[in-house]
Amino acid sequence: MELTGAEIVVRCLKEEGVEYVFGYPGGAILHVYDALYNQDDVKHILVRHEQAAAHAADGYARASGKPGVVLVTSGPGVTNAVTGIATAYMDSIPMVVLSGQVPTKLIGNDAFQEVDAVGITRPCVKHNFLVKDVIQLAETIKKAFFIATTGRPGPVLVDLPKDVTAAKTEFTYPRKIKMRSYNPTVKGHTGQIRKAVELIAAARRPMIYTGGGVILGDGSRELVELTRLLGYPITNTLMGLGAYPATDPQFVGMLGMHGTYEANMAMHDCDVLVGIGVRFDDRVTGALDKFCPLAKVIHIDIDPSSISKNVRVDVPIVGSVGSVLRAMITMIREEKFQPDAEALAAWWRQIEQWRAIESLKYNPSTEIIKPQFVIEQLYQVTAGQAIITSDVGQHQMWAAQHYHFDRPRQWINSGGLGTMGFGLPAAMGAKLAFPEQDVACVTGEGSIQMMLQELSTIKQYNTPIKIVNLNNRYLGMVRQWQEFFYEKRYSMTYMDALPDFVKLADAYGHVGMRIDRPADVEGALREAFALKDRTVFLDFITDQEENVFPMIPAGGGQNEMLLAGKDKMVSTHEEGMILV
Amino acid sequence: MNNTRHIISILLENEAGALSRVANLFSARGFNIECLTVAPTEDASLSRLTLVTTGNEDIIEQIVKQLNKLIDVVKLIDLTEGPHIERELMLIKVKATGEQRAEMQRLTDIFRGRVIDVTDSTFTIELTGTSDKLDGFIGAVHSDNILEVVRSGVTGIARGQKSLHV
Repeated sequence: MELTGAEIVVRCLKEEGVEYVFGYPGGAILHVYDALYNQDDVKHILVRHEQAAAHAADGYARASGKPGVVLVTSGPGVTNAVTGIATAYMDSIPMVVLSGQVPTKLIGNDAFQEVDAVGITRPCVKHNFLVKDVIQLAETIKKAFFIATTGRPGPVLVDLPKDVTAAKTEFTYPRKIKMRSYNPTVKGHTGQIRKAVELIAAARRPMIYTGGGVILGDGSRELVELTRLLGYPITNTLMGLGAYPATDPQFVGMLGMHGTYEANMAMHDCDVLVGIGVRFDDRVTGALDKFCPLAKVIHIDIDPSSISKNVRVDVPIVGSVGSVLRAMITMIREEKFQPDAEALAAWWRQIEQWRAIESLKYNPSTEIIKPQFVIEQLYQVTAGQAIITSDVGQHQMWAAQHYHFDRPRQWINSGGLGTMGFGLPAAMGAKLAFPEQDVACVTGEGSIQMMLQELSTIKQYNTPIKIVNLNNRYLGMVRQWQEFFYEKRYSMTYMDALPDFVKLADAYGHVGMRIDRPADVEGALREAFALKDRTVFLDFITDQEENVFPMIPAGGGQNEMLLAGKDKMVSTHEEGMILV
Repeated sequence: MNNTRHIISILLENEAGALSRVANLFSARGFNIECLTVAPTEDASLSRLTLVTTGNEDIIEQIVKQLNKLIDVVKLIDLTEGPHIERELMLIKVKATGEQRAEMQRLTDIFRGRVIDVTDSTFTIELTGTSDKLDGFIGAVHSDNILEVVRSGVTGIARGQKSLHV
């Protein structure tokens, strides 16, 4: 039987096992919306802004491991989604974006709601397609899912002209797809793995540094097994939190600009660095010329272009993290590689000394709510089990530092692009993936206002989440930089005329709470999480000028950390001032 | 590390937008691109793209990796890594009157070029060779006498039995 292009789109989604599509209708995509109307297999979530569609699909993907699907119309539909697509691209999140387009005959004519979607998204997608003939439609969608979910994952956009979704053809969905130009390496090179294992076994001051790639590659189990087998210290990047349980003594905390003292010092002093599913991002390395000066570097990654991009690697291994780690574990076991126990014990003694500094400690207060205290209480109240999404800024760092993530896919944040507004729609996506789990969005009064309208979507689809708003009336992270590096000239970082978030939550049909005393924090959180079927907006009025510590100022080395209460920040050197 | 010149030859899916992906990559990542040629091959589904870039070892490694990462790139080779033949075509229109005519003809012969169009005051010369050779010819003609220069950009092929194919 012949189907229309629109029907084919929906059938393809069904074949791919797509549970939810996040989208917003409009002229060019109307046929597809019509095809959605007549079926129950694929559920559609109507967001209030296309950016939220992409973020929600992204949150769904990060929580579940399945690709997120976005459906938008042409023109502003797709341009609005671009921030969300770029966010997913920077963090390598599998996503398929279907965008409407003006009919093929009108393409290039500056038609109503026409934009060159393929051109506009090209730099922020893994790949994209413009479907010009309905005959190619099913295969193109198959390719889109294949590319989005394999290798280093990423968003793929498929642009659908309206005449293509109207045209009819026989529908057959390809079972498998093979592309001569795309064939990611999964299995690591045995010779390289051997070299790495020998280097690892001979290390005296080893360090394991892992990132989002472990989570994306479902390699967490292997990572835990290998790390415990070796007894080596391990640090996670912001994107990698949860891949190794944070409550395990071998975990030395997050590394990087706002990482722990022990993680960064151990990085700096290590003699063998094992980077797994990481990309040596500038937030992690600090000044490259001061990065791990003593270390031989092993790097395991599925993307060859990540290897030796920022830091020269001694033993590169291209492959999927899980498969490479499995091969390493087998080799270590079979050949009975034994680390130098004495050197390792001395190394741990050194690390414990650094750890004893307690770099995440802050000055508690009974008068004013400290933001770190709220995260600690959130951790306690949820027994460390909730899925936490965050926006971008100080609250994001405090959540990363003080909520101890014990499992992968529990921590969902925009690490690469740093997109304010990400947290709320992402929480909605995560909740849809796991309706039985507690989901909290840690945010600030700056970020939350960028996607506030989604409170309405959350109501419509009954996806109850808890919003933990750390309200300091400042764009806190920017203010912190202005305090340190711009002599406290707080240019445009004060948030005046904030809405009454309690009334606002109420207006959207949710529960609002305002908490301004430390003594009420725990009780409010308990009350909020007890309201299982309600979204609760917890507006915590926090210390206005609390800073995120410790900190490596831009341009600094890993051993040049500034600690809370100990260091007075004056200014960074000239080179640092041009860095972000 | 020294900057060196590299000729990278690519087999590209003959798809709309494939060329933009390559060009976009260079601008987005701040890589240098000196020239670029592209045309279909004997297999209609493939284009052959040749580009010349300069950079140190690290940069060239990144360029090659990033190019390989593009879904439309089927295969590529850095021709400068081995023995290879490099060719560029130049059409150059020069003033040619009086004694200049004979001199220009001699110069063309020396560079093994051909005069392919003549008027009473101009010659149009066709010249093929490495970019260096074409530069040499331009250098040998007084700049006042050059009316127009058109260069095709570099193409190249590996020497011997080595070949880039699917």
